[in-house]
Amino acid sequence: MPLAPAITDLEQLKNHPAVARLVGWNADAVTGVKFDRDEMTIYVDRAYIREACVVLKDDPACPFDFLSDVTCVDWYPAEPRFEVVYHLLSIPKKERVRLKVRLNSASPAVESLTSVWPGANYFEREVFDLFGVRFTGHPYLRRILMPEDWEGHPLRKDYPVEGYR
Amino acid sequence: MAHLNPTPVLEPGQDRTMILNMGPQHPSTHGVLRVLLEIDGETVVRMMPDIGYLHTGIEKTCEAKFYQQVVPLTDRIDYLCPMTNNLCYVLAVEKLLGLEIPPKAQWLRVLLNELTRINSHLVWLGTHAMDIGALTVFLYCFREREEILRMFEMVSGQRMMTSYFRVGGIALEPPLGFFDRVRDFAGYFPERIDQYENLLTGNPIWMMRTKGVARMTAEDAIALGATGPTLRGSGVDIDLRRDMPYSSYEKFQFKVPISQEGDVFARYMCRVQELRESIGIVRQALDGMPEGPIKADAPGVVLPDREKMKTQMESLIYHFKIITEGFAVPAGEVYQAVESPRGEMGYYIVSDGTAKPYRVHMRSACFANLQTLPSMCEGRLLADVVAAIGSIDIVLGEIDR
Repeated sequence: MPLAPAITDLEQLKNHPAVARLVGWNADAVTGVKFDRDEMTIYVDRAYIREACVVLKDDPACPFDFLSDVTCVDWYPAEPRFEVVYHLLSIPKKERVRLKVRLNSASPAVESLTSVWPGANYFEREVFDLFGVRFTGHPYLRRILMPEDWEGHPLRKDYPVEGYR
Repeated sequence: MAHLNPTPVLEPGQDRTMILNMGPQHPSTHGVLRVLLEIDGETVVRMMPDIGYLHTGIEKTCEAKFYQQVVPLTDRIDYLCPMTNNLCYVLAVEKLLGLEIPPKAQWLRVLLNELTRINSHLVWLGTHAMDIGALTVFLYCFREREEILRMFEMVSGQRMMTSYFRVGGIALEPPLGFFDRVRDFAGYFPERIDQYENLLTGNPIWMMRTKGVARMTAEDAIALGATGPTLRGSGVDIDLRRDMPYSSYEKFQFKVPISQEGDVFARYMCRVQELRESIGIVRQALDGMPEGPIKADAPGVVLPDREKMKTQMESLIYHFKIITEGFAVPAGEVYQAVESPRGEMGYYIVSDGTAKPYRVHMRSACFANLQTLPSMCEGRLLADVVAAIGSIDIVLGEIDR
């Protein structure tokens, strides 16, 4: 079964409920889309991520009411270096969508989703702990897996897998 | 929703309350969970779980391994359901590769996954009941669990860290007598569930300790990211096996048990009924097991048969290449979720086109479920904390990774 090439043209993907909803709300917020291996990815401008999640959560036709996961990918040494990845699930419609925010290494900070889903708390703390991405507005942004006095962020690509730092 | 606000740092100060440290060596925290409790007499005022004692950096280790070498690491995340983790990981890599898996391998995976679910639920039931004070159930649960572990040993040579699934199929044909043994087990197991239920379900002490304890509404459960029986116990009807099927689950008939009450008893009933549904799926898998190969036809990815290696040069070359260089996976990213015994287990894998994953992230069900604990326990008695921890069925290996 050969892989179909990824679709990145916004016009072709307008019918997807999440894309339609976000573009209808604020076309500036969507900086790109990708449909690959049956999975929808929407790149959201960093200034709009919290509002975009509220808009998707309150969509009457297809409410993405469940935050499955928050994680991050480090593309060091490329810029923008960090991609914060959110996986949303619609429990009534059984749909998934992936939101991505790109962040520069100079100021890796993005608005916290804890006011939308309190469950984002631990996930964002984990990303902060392991990648050093800050979530503004998070009520308790402290290390969660590593010891409090640990130096560095282990999942960054410039952090070695073994040996001395 | 005030109690949903993430708890700030606990500081003693008010003269009525005191801080109690529970764990990480407490026997009913199921591993190394540490909980900080602010208590007013016997009442929990605030609660803060503290995790990370078992953090081994598995996600980082994965980035330095070939795709196939990651499978044994996935066992060690959640040592109570190794096959579920194996399955989720290999499904994600197969989705990246675009591989088609033969039906027999898919059905065997379903069969083993349901046995794993039973195994995990038995450990949960035994330890949960023991936490609350019903010691007998533990012995009966471990009697049946032992039989399942022996079956795992038959197929994979390992009782717990099975590493039995491969990208593109499964490692070996199950040995002779395996299916008979599973059929035997499926025959007598429903009766054993009745035994557990006789000890617990109608037992007045059990009901007093669990009914109405550690309640959680459906809205709170969704907002906090709970999944699995923790979510279904609050009346939300979602099960990824039925709603977003993978590995041929759409071909099986089963019910998804839900309870409306959202208390410890509701979650208990969900899991006990899941035991019955799982054994039903095992029976269907045995009856309908298709014939055919157990590995996909993908020479560059799947290791060739031992016999072919002795006669065919091509097979020998592929074997050498896969072992020494791994196999390259086309660039891209996938998120694959399966219904583990504890909820939504998800693997997010990013490939950059090389033989090693660029990023592997495990979305662990317990990690999110643990966040529900403060909202369940705050305002309730200290003794109920133990019941609440047991009812969300945490495995610290999966939380800390």
